[in-house]
Amino acid sequence: MPSPHQHGHDAGERLFVHRHTRIHSLPAEVKVVAMVAFIFTVIATPIEQFWAFGVYALMLIAVAAVARIPATVILPRMLVEVPFVLFALLMPFFGTGATVNVFGVTLYQAGLLAGWGILIKGTLGVVCSILLAATTPARDLLLGLERLKVPQLIVQITSFMLRYTHVVGDEMNRMRVARESRGFHATGIGSWPVIARSAGALFIRSYERGERVHLAMLSRGYTGRLPELTPYTTTSADWTTAMVLPAAGLLIALTAWWIQK
Amino acid sequence: MTSTLKISGLAYAYPDGYQALFGVDLDIQRGERVALLGPNGAGKTTLVLHLNGILAGGVGSVEVAGLTVEKENFQEIRRRVGIVFQDPDDQLFMPTVHDDIAFGPANMGVTGDELEARVSEALDLVGMAEFSDRPPHHLSFGQRRRVAVATVLAMRPEILVLDEPSSNLDPASRRELADILRGLDITMLMVTHDLPYALELCPRAVILSGGVIVADGVTRDIMMDDVLMKENRLELPYGFDPRNVPA
Ligand SMILES: Nc1ncnc2c1ncn2[C@@H]1O[C@H](COP(=O)(O)OP(=O)(O)OP(=O)(O)O)[C@@H](O)[C@H]1O
Ligand SMILES: [Mg+2]
Repeated sequence: MPSPHQHGHDAGERLFVHRHTRIHSLPAEVKVVAMVAFIFTVIATPIEQFWAFGVYALMLIAVAAVARIPATVILPRMLVEVPFVLFALLMPFFGTGATVNVFGVTLYQAGLLAGWGILIKGTLGVVCSILLAATTPARDLLLGLERLKVPQLIVQITSFMLRYTHVVGDEMNRMRVARESRGFHATGIGSWPVIARSAGALFIRSYERGERVHLAMLSRGYTGRLPELTPYTTTSADWTTAMVLPAAGLLIALTAWWIQK
Repeated sequence: MTSTLKISGLAYAYPDGYQALFGVDLDIQRGERVALLGPNGAGKTTLVLHLNGILAGGVGSVEVAGLTVEKENFQEIRRRVGIVFQDPDDQLFMPTVHDDIAFGPANMGVTGDELEARVSEALDLVGMAEFSDRPPHHLSFGQRRRVAVATVLAMRPEILVLDEPSSNLDPASRRELADILRGLDITMLMVTHDLPYALELCPRAVILSGGVIVADGVTRDIMMDDVLMKENRLELPYGFDPRNVPA
């Protein structure tokens, strides 16, 4: 990473791309609200208005440019939507009503449109979340959710998941090294019982580790709330900046509906 | 004058019925450095977990600087008692060293410049200032142990409790940590199997064995009492003679 700073690469921080940009500096909750609002406008846009989605895509590209998140970061991360893409690609093959002929294959028009809708809306949503994760450290995101009054329990569970992923990963690695040092190699179905027992041991160990971490946290006065270490105040300028995206989105959506009628 | 730590008649059985402590009495005055010695399974860690109310519900009482350890006081007690756990990986969980050290004081409601001051003060005390922005799990074990000490120092505790501070350290890291600990102006209770370390750092030692305190006195005297040592499975390292250590 071309950054002069040293940074954590925990599960929670792996998605974060460190830069000093206006978008990075926006408070997390502002970004979350802007993103959700933008996604809603995208979803509300009639899928027949193809141009509107082109504009949305351009807007997100602009955001990525301002945040200096390169395509080489965004594109590989878009692989998470592959299952949905497959689903969307299947839709034109099933349905009723009008059909079109594409290269000798009969496709249903309604399915084609619905598939395109899922594909483009899903893609825009995924890119949105990628941009949010790349510009906001996981911990700030959790604090942002807390400020947005998301129930403590959900925020806590998520934050513990983030924290323990690398602990469990390390543990898993140590166990694998220990297994292989004693000549074990995972080959075929015959090795499954060993793997299964390791998984059981891993569960117990991680559980106990988690308990010890929790004790150590309690010992330092943890009361179930993550303290805010770098307090920030959200200014109206932050909100104005962030709302440019959903406001522009809303404009597009309204125009699209107006044309549609 | 009130003691910094006063334990009276503390007995405790684990939920599975195993009785680990049978009436422990211990009094530590302000500024003392005390070694808590004892064989494996003696109940040392069990005792430590009582000092800030992580374990409770047995008989007897624990007081820290005059304040009884009980549920209503937990937050203040946890500020007063700083426990450094044996495995630094259990203690360090934040994305950066800085954030981890800030965690404790922030839980106590310290914010802003005061919080930053606490963090840099603690980092300086353990000589880790230049590692502030590093993720803890990328540090060496010895460095992690020092950061773990800093996380607790940042809370400005009345008493620093260390569970096996020298374990798994190479000789140089072990000595560096000793230098740091000796330089701290703080009351200290140190659980250790490292007897030369105890002798070096703690003028006073107590032996916990079978859930009771069986000896309490000057560390050197205790270590020279061969019978007492043998009875409690305490063995000095090969070739080590406390008589030859300068007082
Ligand atoms: N969670 C538990 N449930 C039941 N018994 C326990 C539990 N934890 C510890 N014990 C028992 O309590 C006794 C004291 O344990 P403790 O961990 O306090 O010993 P210790 O003096 O710290 O030993 P070591 O030097 O090995 O760290 C041991 O016999 C142990 O088996
Ligand atoms: Mg122990």
